[in-house]
Amino acid sequence: MPVLIARRLDEALDELAAHPDTTVLAGGTDLMVELNFGRARPARVLAVDRIDELRQSAGGSRVRLGAAVTYARLLRDGAGSRALEEAARTVGSPQIRGAGTVGGNLGTCSPAGDTLPVLAALDAVVVLRSARGERRVPFAEFMTGPKRSVRRSDELIVAAEWDDAGPAQTFVKVGTRNAMVIAVASLAMVIDRARRRVGIALGSCGPTILRAPDAERFVRVLCDEAGWDRPLRLSEAERTELGRLVSAAARPIDDVRGTSAYRRHVLGVIAGRALARLGAA
Amino acid sequence: MTVAARPRLRGVVGESAPRSDAPPKTQGAFAYASDLAREGMLHGATLRSPHPRARIARIDVEAARALPGVAAVLTAADLPTKVKFGLMKLDQLPLADGRVRYAGEPVAIVAAEDPERAREAVRAVRVEYEVLPAVTDPVAALHPDAPRLHDDGNVIEDVRVVHGDPDARADVVVEDEYEVAMQDQAPLGPEAGLAIPDPDGGVTLHVATQWLHEDLRQIAACLGLPERKVRLVLAGVGGAFGAREDVTLQIHVCLLALATRRPVRIVYGREESFHGHVHRHAARLWYAHGATRDGDLVFVRASIVLDGGGYASSSSAVVANAACFGAGPYRVPNALIHAVGAYTNNPPAGAMRGFGAVQSCFAYEAQMDRLAAALGMDPVALRGRNALRDGDRIVTGQAVEGSAPVADLIRRCAALPPPAPPPGLIAGEVDLTALPGGVGNVTRGEGVRRGTALAVGFKNACYSHAFDDFSTARVRLVRERGEPVAYVLTAAAEVGQGIVGVCEQIARTELGVQRVVVETPDTSIGSAGSSSASRQTWMTGGAVLAACREVKAELARRAEAHDRVRRTPRDGEPVDVDLAPLLDPPIERTVTHRHRPTEPRDATTQNAGHVAFLFAAHRATVDVDVETGIVKVVQVATSQDVGKAINPLAVVGQLEGGIAQGLGLAVMEEVRLQGGLMRNASFTDYLLPTTLDMPPVVCDLVEHPHPDAPYGAKGVGEPPTISSTPAIVAAIRAATGRELNRVPVRPDDIVFGTAARSGWRMRPGADPRTAVRM
Amino acid sequence: MRLVVNGTPREADVREHESLLTVLRERLGLPGSKNACEQGECGSCSVLVDGELVCSCLVLAAAADGRRVETVEALGSAERPHPVQRAFVEAGAVQCGFCTPGFVVAAAALLRENPEPTDAEIREALAGNICRCTGYGTILDAVRRAARITT
Repeated sequence: MPVLIARRLDEALDELAAHPDTTVLAGGTDLMVELNFGRARPARVLAVDRIDELRQSAGGSRVRLGAAVTYARLLRDGAGSRALEEAARTVGSPQIRGAGTVGGNLGTCSPAGDTLPVLAALDAVVVLRSARGERRVPFAEFMTGPKRSVRRSDELIVAAEWDDAGPAQTFVKVGTRNAMVIAVASLAMVIDRARRRVGIALGSCGPTILRAPDAERFVRVLCDEAGWDRPLRLSEAERTELGRLVSAAARPIDDVRGTSAYRRHVLGVIAGRALARLGAA
Repeated sequence: MTVAARPRLRGVVGESAPRSDAPPKTQGAFAYASDLAREGMLHGATLRSPHPRARIARIDVEAARALPGVAAVLTAADLPTKVKFGLMKLDQLPLADGRVRYAGEPVAIVAAEDPERAREAVRAVRVEYEVLPAVTDPVAALHPDAPRLHDDGNVIEDVRVVHGDPDARADVVVEDEYEVAMQDQAPLGPEAGLAIPDPDGGVTLHVATQWLHEDLRQIAACLGLPERKVRLVLAGVGGAFGAREDVTLQIHVCLLALATRRPVRIVYGREESFHGHVHRHAARLWYAHGATRDGDLVFVRASIVLDGGGYASSSSAVVANAACFGAGPYRVPNALIHAVGAYTNNPPAGAMRGFGAVQSCFAYEAQMDRLAAALGMDPVALRGRNALRDGDRIVTGQAVEGSAPVADLIRRCAALPPPAPPPGLIAGEVDLTALPGGVGNVTRGEGVRRGTALAVGFKNACYSHAFDDFSTARVRLVRERGEPVAYVLTAAAEVGQGIVGVCEQIARTELGVQRVVVETPDTSIGSAGSSSASRQTWMTGGAVLAACREVKAELARRAEAHDRVRRTPRDGEPVDVDLAPLLDPPIERTVTHRHRPTEPRDATTQNAGHVAFLFAAHRATVDVDVETGIVKVVQVATSQDVGKAINPLAVVGQLEGGIAQGLGLAVMEEVRLQGGLMRNASFTDYLLPTTLDMPPVVCDLVEHPHPDAPYGAKGVGEPPTISSTPAIVAAIRAATGRELNRVPVRPDDIVFGTAARSGWRMRPGADPRTAVRM
Repeated sequence: MRLVVNGTPREADVREHESLLTVLRERLGLPGSKNACEQGECGSCSVLVDGELVCSCLVLAAAADGRRVETVEALGSAERPHPVQRAFVEAGAVQCGFCTPGFVVAAAALLRENPEPTDAEIREALAGNICRCTGYGTILDAVRRAARITT
């Protein structure tokens, strides 16, 4: 298992092009568990955590977040998305946040990946680069199943990009421990008042990160009625309906971390809370 | 001779003195079992059954043996004897022969040049299993038609407590069924041992264990060696909590060392640790409590089934404890408690902190709250009214001697300062870490309800029921560079609890010397018994105390003979004399200390089976997000009768640590089993409380010295895990109104309010074998 | 591979899938960092890599070539303990001690960035370190105590 530590992007892309059996190593927080337990013995490993281009971010109206930016750095420097910062704060522990990266979250593509619902709700674009060029894939098309994505073996995730959606966005994660827990269910909600756009995405509730289009439409209508630039006061009936629509969008299973019934239920609860908080802001 | 003013001794009995093993532990310099290494050492690994119940048709080790770097591959066919091991019942072979009875049972062991090779060799062993249907419901296992999992049937132990009139009637009766899930001790240090073959054909084993001599007995028998040829040395122990009471890798690593004539080390990873050691028994409990309309308990009737898993381990004593303490620390004139431990094909269960008392306390404390509700009484007042008092008899007919300050503990605990009120609905900046769900941002006050409740519990200290319980200590007082130094050797396992510090403080106090060295425990001295049953301070502390007093007596004799001192030192005073004539030669005394004998258990368990009882009360305050079912424990307050705190800070550490394990069982810790298979054998999915789950603890140490214990110091380790769990669950009930008859409480239980039902109909007090499927 | 470990350049033969933790413990004679879960869920193996607090069990050793690693062994010595180490001893924060090196490293990292943390900040900063013995009360005391010593 040769390990190549790439310092430049082109070097990494050449390696990927030459060896399609390469496993990309970012922060290591997922891959190392597989290695430690003897569950994976990759043919080759490419470490991308020292590639400068992957560690650069840009703010402004179009946000770009380098794939190798760790959660810890994202929290120190800001991410250009409040919901993403909230999600990053829930990732594992300080030690995990010191190593793990958003690019790694995208690369592993677990339905429980904490930042993924946020990227989905932001309508983020995943920037993939190969020796042949660059592809920009909307998140909705990026993830195809549990730990599956459209990334080709010669491609590297270099960044995620999205339009700054303003302050009305949040992330909520439910777990049975008060810290360091894998999501039983999670939800990201974005109300981009400027663009009159609503994004609601669910984690740990299906084979991929799921959007809740009916719920998004419902919130859009509420915002239309209340006025996009005014606070939204949610009635009890509206909150219940939103919860119902979000629960209906989920495709949860029973597993060791939670039951499908609970997942559906709790998604409804946190959706109502998220909208009440964002609407009031 | 000049008598200069000397500073008082630092670190005597009653002081919160730092312990001597703490500095190296903070520096990473303390050698745990997993840190040990020897030149030329091999690495061992274990092949375990993937099936909970199967016949082994064939094992082919040829491919594994042929791998480069593999030094040995051993199966049952290679065992030197067919002797079985077990703590209380010899029922398991070191390697499965013909049958496996739980998923994870060792089938083959290998030694190789490096751990990766060893794992490869394990994978290369081919085993043909004939898989049999697993028996995983312990109540079903007791049914006469159930498949027999062991030749002598599926009952490991059967204990009946019959007290007063077992058929007594009462004005008010409450009845329910309860469930306790399997808990893992999860000591942070994984199992590890290093075996070194000795030139005499014997073996020396460095191992992390709770009881060197009990390991020695089982190892020697299974190896077919006389006990003198097996030597054990305690390696650094990274926590135990019952998980190191049983043999895990001890026999395996010795077998491999003897087979290869090379040092062999085995270190379990976390996943293997989950499979390798026994757990806390999962339990089903059916309870009925009867009381007068005024709130005086009339009877307690209970049927208890404990899931012993594939092998017996210490199940028989756990069953006895669940029964003996099954009515709680209350005056109960009439009781009928029937507890049975069943063999199943689940992972074996054995010792864990609280040892049987935990399971029944969860049930009887829930019952006391139900009874209070039925009577329209305050639950704390109901407890106080029925609390055991000095001289009262527990349901085994044994009077509580020393003291039974139960009402006092309840009153004091209820009066401890409460936490700050809940924050309410918060807008704007908020400390999420203080709220249920933490930074998961689930609630900023929405749906949060507060609940507070109190529970009380008790159990025995030391071993019970006529077990010959003793500990041995050797104290040597020597002169080094003109200073007196006391060396203390016992076989007591320091597993984190602080027996090292207890020995240091006792020796310092008794001998009046500042420098006390507690030597590495090994089997060159007599047994100290296990670091379990809250007994080491009492037993090994007692042995050290007795040995010190003999040394002191000899010192006084020598001093008198030399007429060199004006007086012998008083407790807590430094020896301040010319030592040469007193300590050349050094003084050495070895003393074996026993507590007073206890009676064997009879058919109705009416006897003085226990040496002493430990009591504690816990009050928990929780904030529950009732819409998501997420719990934040806000505070736990405890009053515990510790007898005498040898080291108050260390006692607080035991109380807080025990409460953390009780909290874990209350709200998150469960070994999840499906068809006998463990589904969460990792720290990712077996959740342990973090800094954000464990609240501040208010500790109230109550000192009612026990006349038999050294300085009156009772054991303190277990009571914190016993009543903390029911207190927390009762607080969640208070916040949610849900029934919550099972631990750990799951978010589903709070949100949907569904109670746990076994599907078995059982009349409380009846023989659990008579359960009828509903 | 080469590392700068506790200020000293070191070379080690590394098996390709090995973690930094294994290399520290088995190849470089630094067993202070503990292996308790192998998956970053307990913090017992906490070290600083280029100044960042991480779990060394989740660092692929071969990919850490050239990095600066600080372990518990370098924080202080028996003669000159780090204030956090002193505070852990004095506060009674050490029982079995298996988690202690990880806590000491994490607490030192916290105080380096935030010399006067609030209780909530201490709890959040140490939430990745599991202790099974103490219930954390004495550990939090130790960190408060160390903060007082340091500032």
